[in-house]
Amino acid sequence: MTISIDPQKTNNESLQPKGWLRYFSFSLDHKVIGIQYLVCGFLFYLIGGTLASAIRIELASPMSDFMPRDVYNQVLTLHGTIMIFLWIVPVVNGAFGNYLIPFYVGARDMAFPRLNAVAFWLIPPSGLMLVASYFVEGAAQAGWTAYPPLSITTPQSGQIIWILSVLLLGGSSIFGGINFIATIIKLRRPGLKLMQLPMYCWAMLGTSLLVVLSTPVLAGTLILLSFDIIANTGFFNPVLGGNVVVYQHLFWFYSHPAVYIMVLPAFGLVSEILPVHARKPLFGYTTMVFSIMGIVVLGLVVWAHHMFTSGTPPWMRLFFTIATAFIAVPTGIKFFNWVATLWGGRISINSAMLFSCGFIINFVFGGITGVALAQVPFDIHVHDTYFVVAHFHYIVYGGTVFIIFSSIYHWFPKVTGKMLNEKLGILHFIVTFIGFNLCFAPQHWLGLNGMPRRVAEYDPQFQFVNQISSLGALLMAISTIPFLINIFLSVRNGKDAGDNPWNALTPEWLTSSPPPVENWEGEAPLVEEPYGYGKEFSEQK
Amino acid sequence: MTTLDSSKEIQKNNSEVNETHEDFRMFGLITFLIADGMTFAGFFAAYLTYKAVNPLPDGAIYELELPIPTLNTILLLVSSATFHKAGKALLKDKKSDSQKWLFFTAFLGIIFLICQLFEYFHLPFGLTDNLFASTFYALTGFHGLHVTLGTLMILIIAWQSRINGGRLSSKNMFPLEAVELYWHFVDGIWVILFIILYLL
Repeated sequence: MTISIDPQKTNNESLQPKGWLRYFSFSLDHKVIGIQYLVCGFLFYLIGGTLASAIRIELASPMSDFMPRDVYNQVLTLHGTIMIFLWIVPVVNGAFGNYLIPFYVGARDMAFPRLNAVAFWLIPPSGLMLVASYFVEGAAQAGWTAYPPLSITTPQSGQIIWILSVLLLGGSSIFGGINFIATIIKLRRPGLKLMQLPMYCWAMLGTSLLVVLSTPVLAGTLILLSFDIIANTGFFNPVLGGNVVVYQHLFWFYSHPAVYIMVLPAFGLVSEILPVHARKPLFGYTTMVFSIMGIVVLGLVVWAHHMFTSGTPPWMRLFFTIATAFIAVPTGIKFFNWVATLWGGRISINSAMLFSCGFIINFVFGGITGVALAQVPFDIHVHDTYFVVAHFHYIVYGGTVFIIFSSIYHWFPKVTGKMLNEKLGILHFIVTFIGFNLCFAPQHWLGLNGMPRRVAEYDPQFQFVNQISSLGALLMAISTIPFLINIFLSVRNGKDAGDNPWNALTPEWLTSSPPPVENWEGEAPLVEEPYGYGKEFSEQK
Repeated sequence: MTTLDSSKEIQKNNSEVNETHEDFRMFGLITFLIADGMTFAGFFAAYLTYKAVNPLPDGAIYELELPIPTLNTILLLVSSATFHKAGKALLKDKKSDSQKWLFFTAFLGIIFLICQLFEYFHLPFGLTDNLFASTFYALTGFHGLHVTLGTLMILIIAWQSRINGGRLSSKNMFPLEAVELYWHFVDGIWVILFIILYLL
């Protein structure tokens, strides 16, 4: 059998380009696909960031003088959609998941390499389509939530392109999720038990379950919405007897789990990074696993806390308030486990560690406002204000994006075999951390005082605080510059990293850096204790 | 090539350590069908919510008759059984028997689609008449799309199980098993759909 297949392999190999060209090919190598996800996502992050800057420039003054109101709505819609569907979800799942999971389970590739490549290559065209929709007459302007009747009554062409693009991205996400579940459950190296897997595998397993269970519901909903727009049906159109609240239920059935799809992988990544740089085992491995699974189960039954002002009946408010408050328990367990991992460790202060600590600080802040928002009386007061904007940016930017940067600093030596410049990295962290908090902390105050979100104009009394926020946004934009310089300089002439610059014990570091095409020379190592730090030290004593 | 991970096997067979792993394509397919089932679950939930909270407006017509959908239910249930027969025949390497059963299954699928279209053309309401009419067409249409794809896949594997040159055999059962699982899934969805749309 080996001989009969052999010619195909050589044929296959000659078709695959070598060097940097392979990043533009339909490569089946999970490492190439991971980098494709990361770079593609980062390019969209730059676009989304430019749009965010435009929003903050507009909000520096109370009148809509920088751009017309409808353009403002288009910009905020495009900003939200790009950041969620083209930056955070693909990068924190697709990029790191594809790169790391096969190493962690001791495999040579993902379970379905071809499906994997298809999942990635759905992203650039749909992303370009989404960006191009801005140039169509009447780009989507109903926000990333596309609530009807707003999405039905605004100009159609842009909204339809928006729907098609999100459907394709959802498909990509589902294919990825199926692949991760199959890889983690079925492709583990013989002898490797589930409870020995690095925490990121558990996080990705939980995330992929959420992707597989909830993304199809969004797809179905958007298909119905497109019927409302194109075919004049009335699913969500009250004029034709439809029901807008049904859309909100179906939409949030995906989009609340989507928050966990964005943040659970970050939980996993930070659990990989902290033990390495604190030289201590991950605290409470088993409780971490159970809290991830607890978040998955609870995450599916809390969606209506986004709808407390949508005429939700009292029993539903009560149920969803309690369910949401319960999520604080597993999340709190994870938070304390991270702090306990750091406690008494030999902490190296480097860019990866700083960004991870920044994550912990920002995330606990976002988590506290999240619990506050789950309480009906408070939520009714601040619903649709800047308080909500501040809350979720603390989760997705202060949480996930900080971890994306932390992971880039941590795994850059793995991918390239070169070290990143620490001075530029620390500069990047300081500017990002100050800029981020300066931008979003004041927005809590704005929200509490009643400044509505998604409106280009506001009461002049809020101007000063908005300008502070815009200044923070400017710092965040500037913070990208040292990062990009760092990447470009280090790829070309960074210091040689060696195979394992952090002396890490997780499997991806037990092969050469950058890794060979088949991940390992010979058999994959069996790593029973991925967090066995400090052992060699105590044994020496 | 229908095997998604063929390159993987190639890679495995050529690496110096000759590793093998179990076939998990079926696992992937089941995961996909769960996802697909969730799409239907969303539609069903929407329909049931509409039924519970949205009254039918005055003068709006939304009446369904039972004979055709009952016939369709029987057609699909029988087709599940005939597909199973095809699998049994292929397991014993009786390729021509298997092919006959597959063609018969595809035939039942086509009859189902024709009946569905016949029902569409004779219903007293159209797609945009009212909320329930829209939901009815969306649900049955989405299911009909699944039946159409399934029928096409059955025809493809029927062609592949031909005696001369067909790829399917008792050693290569996966394509047939995969389509069979998909077909049973589509039948199961129809039964739920029949209960919710026509009987409730």
